[in-house]
Amino acid sequence: MAAVTALRSSCRAAGRLVCIHRVRSCSSIRFIKSKYVCVFDKSALKFSHQQRLFRTSAVSCGQIVQFKLSDIGEGITEVTVKEWYIKEGDSVSQFDSICEVQSDKASVTITSRYDGVIRKLHYSIDDIAFVGKPLVDIEIDASKGVASEEDVVETPPMSHEEHTHQEIKGHKTLATPAVRRLAMENNIKLSEVVGTGKDNRILKEDILNYLAKQTGAILPPSPKAEIVPPQRKAETVPSAPKDKARKIPVPVSRPIAFSEKDKTEPVTGFQKAMVKTMSAALKIPHFGYSDEIDLTQLVQLREELKPLAEIRGVKLSFMPFFIKAASLGLLQYPILNASLDENCQNVTYKASHNIGVAMDTEQGLIVPNVKNVQVCSVFDIAVELNRLQSLGSAGQLGTSDLTGGTFTLSNIGTIGGTYAKPVILPPEVAIGAFGKIQVLPRFNSKGEVIKAQIMNVSWSADHRIIDGATMARFSNLWKSYLENPALMLLDLK
Amino acid sequence: MVLHSLKNCLWLSCGLRTPKACFWSTAGGALVIQSVSNDVYQNLAVEDWIHDHMDLEKQQVLFLWRNSPAVVIGRHQNPWQECNLRLLRQKNIKLARRRSGGGTVYHDLGNINLTFFTTRKKYERMENLKLVVKALKALRPQLDVHVTDRYDILLDRQYKISGTAAKLGRTSAYHHCTLLCNADKFVLSSVLKSPFKGLKSNATPSVPALVKNLFEEDPSLTSEMLLDAIAKEYAVQHQIDHHITLINPTDETLLPGISNKTKELQTWEWVYGKTPKFSISTCLNMTYKDSVLDIKVNMDVKHGRIEVCNIDLPEKWLPPELYSELVKSLIGSKFCPNETTTLVTTLLRVCPQDDELHSRWSLLCENMIRLM
Repeated sequence: MAAVTALRSSCRAAGRLVCIHRVRSCSSIRFIKSKYVCVFDKSALKFSHQQRLFRTSAVSCGQIVQFKLSDIGEGITEVTVKEWYIKEGDSVSQFDSICEVQSDKASVTITSRYDGVIRKLHYSIDDIAFVGKPLVDIEIDASKGVASEEDVVETPPMSHEEHTHQEIKGHKTLATPAVRRLAMENNIKLSEVVGTGKDNRILKEDILNYLAKQTGAILPPSPKAEIVPPQRKAETVPSAPKDKARKIPVPVSRPIAFSEKDKTEPVTGFQKAMVKTMSAALKIPHFGYSDEIDLTQLVQLREELKPLAEIRGVKLSFMPFFIKAASLGLLQYPILNASLDENCQNVTYKASHNIGVAMDTEQGLIVPNVKNVQVCSVFDIAVELNRLQSLGSAGQLGTSDLTGGTFTLSNIGTIGGTYAKPVILPPEVAIGAFGKIQVLPRFNSKGEVIKAQIMNVSWSADHRIIDGATMARFSNLWKSYLENPALMLLDLK
Repeated sequence: MVLHSLKNCLWLSCGLRTPKACFWSTAGGALVIQSVSNDVYQNLAVEDWIHDHMDLEKQQVLFLWRNSPAVVIGRHQNPWQECNLRLLRQKNIKLARRRSGGGTVYHDLGNINLTFFTTRKKYERMENLKLVVKALKALRPQLDVHVTDRYDILLDRQYKISGTAAKLGRTSAYHHCTLLCNADKFVLSSVLKSPFKGLKSNATPSVPALVKNLFEEDPSLTSEMLLDAIAKEYAVQHQIDHHITLINPTDETLLPGISNKTKELQTWEWVYGKTPKFSISTCLNMTYKDSVLDIKVNMDVKHGRIEVCNIDLPEKWLPPELYSELVKSLIGSKFCPNETTTLVTTLLRVCPQDDELHSRWSLLCENMIRLM
């Protein structure tokens, strides 16, 4: 049977009246002697006229408390419930946010007064809630004996007479129940902790700082081992990383319960797109072909052309050269710019060279393409790349920019790497990936060691319609254009 | 007016230990600070920081700030309903959602923002607004400005020059308001007009109002003058010295955790994802070849993501498997043009390579994306 006592005790420190409701249930002796419980001497208490009747089930000893919507101020009597931060069945700690309500341009965050489990939400979203009426029902976890509450008027919580072992030199140590629990679980005497809160109140941070300082303190291997099961609030143990912007410097040997759980999220958006593309790509039998390119001459050429491009307002990277060289190569080997239909019955040779450029954005991988490279100059390509890059980073690429690609290049070398195994993006049949440009020693024609700007390229192609020889010849041609840029001039259309 | 740079301010030693920091030991129960940044997210983060970390029992705070062009919606509002998102993106105007309630406002450097921080008990909006009016009248006695019971400030009894919003937490509260000095009214009106039709939502709607700049009434007024006048009045009322402390919202040492707050305010989940559930019921007018199509579209969006999607296409206009692929992909996706574009263009890769099909698909998808 539940015995309910409500008491009013005077707050000696502040000299104001504090209303504290003390709830005790299950008059078993084991409960009373448990160290988690506040046992009190009845004679020291005054009974207030405010009594509540609580139901207890045989299964749990939790008391259901109706948490009422407190005064908002400015004479407001009703508010609209806009968002719930918790749902029925969730555990809450004192001061956790429960919901957001709005009244006349003011948005109010309602926080919990109790530790416990939410049993009932009295309102749905967009309902009107009334000040003074119940907002949620919270079942206070009585087996832990924690049930003290404070009035909405934020006065420091009372330390109660029964905590005799917490008294130091006649001072009462002030701490909220959540803090006391944390201290108990870690075998800390509140008397040994320096409180930095108001009126020397001990805060969560003080306990954690105290723990961090302990070098040889005896601590349980894991706080969970000490707690008598079932712990409904196991994952809301205060040592969980809820502290605002605070890192706890804990030595590795003492695993203070850091309740990190696996996080499962649905696959949406960009990831979903990747899943679709790559699943389709899996059906293509890939083969790879890699080679090394000496870009020494191209590097020099770009250095000369960069300032000229800047005068025209365009940033010139290596990609426009790679793209143009690829297009020139595709003119000789059009099968690499083709598409195989679903049943592998027909090969369509695409007239336009719409060369896709893999782009890494905040949200993920996107591949916009430069249209009709076969009729573009290197400068035109650079302009278009600039446009696509700025749109891409702003998240404003259009559908036409992202469709119609026939061949793709990926400059993963800007991030790093040498060799890659790129995946073909259907409905294309080939793709190339570039590593980073490195300065490496190489032999020249005279047998001398010289500094060379070396980059690796890795091609992948659809082996159903492309053979290794074709890929190799295309790669050689592409390589020759880049190793000797003047050669591009000869074949420019 | 004396502007104190931060280096000259004293630190109280209650730094990181206490959850409520009380820096800048100035004598007196109040403090006036001004942001050196014009970034709306950084400035909103400062508000959050002060609300969460400062002990306002000992010291009330007045925070002065201005932003480069941005639209700021209230906590429980719907950006699609409140402003022209396409225009915002085109003009590179930022969109931010603040934590206080109320309606949508347009900020630029011609608009000043004032935030009054107090404890929850001392939360009193009318007093704050009366202070602002008093300051304005002290600066220009001939100004006809007064506070309405909707917490607006009106000029000449008809033009709104200030709107108000507030946020209340467990122990602290803040009330902030705007003040139109010399904002771009043309951009303001075009950006705050939503082209959306057929949107049903319980989000807080804004109440449109006729606005005017104080500059139009008196061209000698500047934002700086107004800021100073209000700071002076605040100092007088709180019996402190008239000086404004400058703060840098990127200073992590002074405001630990501020960069996280700034980042959070910029996430899609906060700006768009916090929109209360809404539904769209509209008609796409598409011209395809020689025919004009009227396609009815119904969508439910929750947390900024599409929950339900129905597109009423003519039979066989698109192959049914493709249509169901489209709907399946959209559900669970963000109601966002960028994400939808990526999804639909990807889907195009894995469907039959047919020009007719592709052009129909592109047409439909482009119209859908235009809704977002």
